[in-house]
Amino acid sequence: MDVRTKVIEIIAEQAVLEPSDVTMDSTLADLGIDSLGMVESIFAIEEAFDISVPFNANAPNESDFDISSVATIVAGVEKLIAEQKT
Amino acid sequence: MKRVVITGAGTINALGHDVDSTLDAMREGHCGIGPLEFRDVERLAIRIGGQVKGFAAEAEFNRQQMVLYDRFTQFTLMAARQAIAQSGLEFSGELAARAGVVLGTAGGGVSTWDDNYRAVYEEGKNRVHPFVVPKLMTNAATSHVSMAYNLKGPSFTVSTACASSNHAMGQAFHLVRSGAAPVMIAGGSESMLCFGGIKAWEGLRVMSRDACRPFSANRNGMVQGEGAGVFVFEEYEHARARGADIMAEISGFAMTSDASDIVMPSKQGAAHAMAGALRDGAIDATEVGYINAHGTGTAANDKTECMAVADVFGHHADKLMISSTKSMHGHLIGATGAVELLACIMALRDGVIAPTIGYEEFDPECALDVVPNAAREAKVDVVLSNAFAFGGLNAVLALRRI
Repeated sequence: MDVRTKVIEIIAEQAVLEPSDVTMDSTLADLGIDSLGMVESIFAIEEAFDISVPFNANAPNESDFDISSVATIVAGVEKLIAEQKT
Repeated sequence: MKRVVITGAGTINALGHDVDSTLDAMREGHCGIGPLEFRDVERLAIRIGGQVKGFAAEAEFNRQQMVLYDRFTQFTLMAARQAIAQSGLEFSGELAARAGVVLGTAGGGVSTWDDNYRAVYEEGKNRVHPFVVPKLMTNAATSHVSMAYNLKGPSFTVSTACASSNHAMGQAFHLVRSGAAPVMIAGGSESMLCFGGIKAWEGLRVMSRDACRPFSANRNGMVQGEGAGVFVFEEYEHARARGADIMAEISGFAMTSDASDIVMPSKQGAAHAMAGALRDGAIDATEVGYINAHGTGTAANDKTECMAVADVFGHHADKLMISSTKSMHGHLIGATGAVELLACIMALRDGVIAPTIGYEEFDPECALDVVPNAAREAKVDVVLSNAFAFGGLNAVLALRRI
């Protein structure tokens, strides 16, 4: 399964939606995911890809990991996999 | 209704091993937060905390005691010893029969859980020490205080996360105010600074990796501390009759529940708790000179707390002082309200307002007088101490100068 499909699956599960309802330009807020859901999604991403995601819930906009949309999350995960799995 | 006063105080925390050294450190704006030292700390992302350093438990307790005392119990007994010695009380006869202990802790013997899970899971041992259960139970500290000082009245432990010791002190206050007990030992203790304790907190992603900067625009989370604060709450006439040195009066207390979210704070729940404490103590809002804030240094708490203060106090919110001493001793979780009560006593008795250190950048969402970086001299008559727990459980104490 590619990164994009897996990330969408994780986010869909958190939002209690079908993966087909999650688009690349969706924001987590659009999908009804609150701050606790966000932290849980990031944990699921770390477990799925065996990576460590730099994210502080106090300063989400200042973290290196951009969570502003599904697309930025997928791009962030791909970057972290490249950095951490080589 | 009886009046309730404080006639003894004790503590051990990252700023000091007793009340005088702790208050000196607060007055100087000293930071007790530093690198954590314990097994496997290198496997943590969060490596700072307000750890109690230079405390040799083996020098204080004998072998039989050490096998029963988790670190949170050790802290409690150190603080209780100081508080009861200061009060000058000896418990026997009728007084012993009616006096009790109410203490708060969120986790109880966390490092005992941690050590013994490690033994059976990581090291594959099939046997643990016979006293694991009585050592880790959350009421262990309360029970050991009752045994050490012959306190046979109402005793129990309160566990409401970060509000535990404020809830505990509130219960003790009610017991003395109602006449159910002439004296209560009250406060709280916490010791979660071990690998499992911090690893669990790390998961929530609310911890700062560098500093606790409450109310500062660049704040980035909480920093955990450890320690205990223990007080002697005594009925006013009882204290006066024996010529006790009275530190302050506890004049009001209120508890509320947000009934909304398991981690996010609510302005309304916090505001109702503060307003309730004022009402309970028949205090006019304009009498309040200082609030010891919950002030965790998280984005969510600090702005919510400031909004709640503005709601309750209106224009007076701009005149009162509000500081978070967590910037110095860290967040002691279930013990935090007890250690922070010391700053309230210092404000009333000594006229010194403890600062919020680490304050770097103004935040328009926290636009109150947060006593940034340096302590201040000011005469105040009434103070509040806020505690707002995960789970939306709030407890606020009001104290008056006497």
